[in-house]
Amino acid sequence: MTGSITEPSARQKTVAGSLVILYAIITILPLVWILMTGFKTGPDSISYPPKVFFQPSMEGYVNLFTSRTRATPEQLATLPAPENFADQIARDRGMIITGPSKFGERFLNSVIIGFGSTFLSIFLGTLSAYAFSRFKIPLKDDLLFFILSTRMMPPIAVAIPIFLMYRTLGLSDTHLGMILLYTAVNISLAVWLLKGFIDEIPREYEEAALIDGYSRFQAFVKVVLPQAATGIASTAIFCLIFAWNEYAFAVLLTSGTAQTAPPFIPTIIGVGGLDWPAVAAGATIFLLPIMIFTILLRKHLLRGITFGAVRK
Amino acid sequence: MTETSVTSRPLRRRIRALSDRTIAWLFVAPTIFLLLAVNIFPLIWTIRLSFTDFRANRPNRPVEWVGLENYRRILTDPDIWNTMQVTAHFLVWTITLQVLIGFTLAWLINRKFKGNDLWTTIIVLPMMLSPAVVGNFWTFFYQPQIGLFNYVVSFFSGVDPSSFSMIGSVNLAPWAIIIVDTWMWSPFVMLICLAGLRSIPDYIYEAAEIDRASKWRQFWTITIPMVLPFLMLAVLFRGIENFKMFDLVVQLTGGGPGSTTELASINLKREAFEKWRTGYSSAFAVILFVTVFGLASIYVKALNKVKDR
Repeated sequence: MTGSITEPSARQKTVAGSLVILYAIITILPLVWILMTGFKTGPDSISYPPKVFFQPSMEGYVNLFTSRTRATPEQLATLPAPENFADQIARDRGMIITGPSKFGERFLNSVIIGFGSTFLSIFLGTLSAYAFSRFKIPLKDDLLFFILSTRMMPPIAVAIPIFLMYRTLGLSDTHLGMILLYTAVNISLAVWLLKGFIDEIPREYEEAALIDGYSRFQAFVKVVLPQAATGIASTAIFCLIFAWNEYAFAVLLTSGTAQTAPPFIPTIIGVGGLDWPAVAAGATIFLLPIMIFTILLRKHLLRGITFGAVRK
Repeated sequence: MTETSVTSRPLRRRIRALSDRTIAWLFVAPTIFLLLAVNIFPLIWTIRLSFTDFRANRPNRPVEWVGLENYRRILTDPDIWNTMQVTAHFLVWTITLQVLIGFTLAWLINRKFKGNDLWTTIIVLPMMLSPAVVGNFWTFFYQPQIGLFNYVVSFFSGVDPSSFSMIGSVNLAPWAIIIVDTWMWSPFVMLICLAGLRSIPDYIYEAAEIDRASKWRQFWTITIPMVLPFLMLAVLFRGIENFKMFDLVVQLTGGGPGSTTELASINLKREAFEKWRTGYSSAFAVILFVTVFGLASIYVKALNKVKDR
């Protein structure tokens, strides 16, 4: 087919390419700006006109990870020499570091809840997907539609009874509660995506294994799972991204111990609403892993997004 | 597995069939159980609450059964109608813009220029990010005077950057949320359209070339009809998501100024978790859910008709 009459001409390619690249640059600009703002000082971040070139500073990151208190110059003079660069930066602004901020904890909560719910969604999702793909299940299509339809519910619509239920069961503001909740939201997508991947694995492989004396379960673990590994990995990334980004349930059901980063980051802004470098630093640390993931794993991810559409 | 070789063939098959069925149920049961516990049970509870005057902040107060009173009040409440109008405006514009931008981008990327997959990935980045965090930092870009967005607008139009506030003005705030949502989600429509465009076999275009159909005609008689089912599916997904929209907008404008950007979910959250009118807000939640479900079902029927054509 190469060089056929339907192949776009070189000129077409150049024009299309330039337009797409222009759009990509415009679309990436806000993200680059956030990255830069994280390394600005407070005044630089709100200067007019916006500063493209500036003296980089770690102030935003120091403010993100520490809590500080204001000190008079006399108090500062009585202190011993600063122990590290963070101390130094804080003192240059007339502040003393009093301890770590809550950002580390909140970030860790995001990691625990994100990975916990992803693991559980994939574990349960793979089992169901395999059963739906290989066995005769009564009302199979209805069950599959039921699983998908749970995704149409606005989170706030079920948040009220979940809030009441969690309060009764003592699951409010716990890691377990959030993991179960995110698993329930993710599992519909996981089952649908994974069923697609498992459908693609020829049944002959398992049948051969069964004839060789494997039990059904052994065949599932030793034959099907390794074949579905890529599919499982890309489904896992989707579940992780959802759990990582989720806000509505997190803000309603968590406030302390189990609070994740998305409801916390907007509160970093602090008194006076002017500490944009710290907010930008928090956003950068939180968003960067996802961006790197997306770029590294683009082939699998992009396939996963369109999978449902192509399949149906 | 050694003993199976001793048993007779039909019996062995029966054991295997039985264990298959057990495995099937063992594998499916936890998923169904979890969905029943965390999705269906709360939904039924919401429906039950919607007929009462229960208030979640006063659990010990006696609960009255009020019948359809909550529903009657919602349907006559001007605030709710305002919320629905705001939601409709948001839906119509975000979907229109995202379809236009998404399709155009997909159509351009399908020219297969060099390095297109890297640029595609960069375009896709915003939709992978946390909407709440995105909404939060866009308030920074929308600041009058110092904000990047205002600066760029003033750079190209010459308007004073401190003369307008995207999230502070009643007229501009609805557009502020539409802009961010479009920035974030056009790539989704793009990816689905791209899958559609790539599914069109080359020979159809070749046949059209041989028949001397113009490029313009090919576009309208081949490209558009073949991509339409994909595009409609993208619209369905975006429609459902934006009808539920909460996190991005709550961080961006919080529903304000006034209630000019108070989408259905934001209104619901206010009623349920700030005013603590649990019964009333449950009734609104049920109405929203039925609306989404009803509209989505009608739409899916239309989609299937287009696909069968």
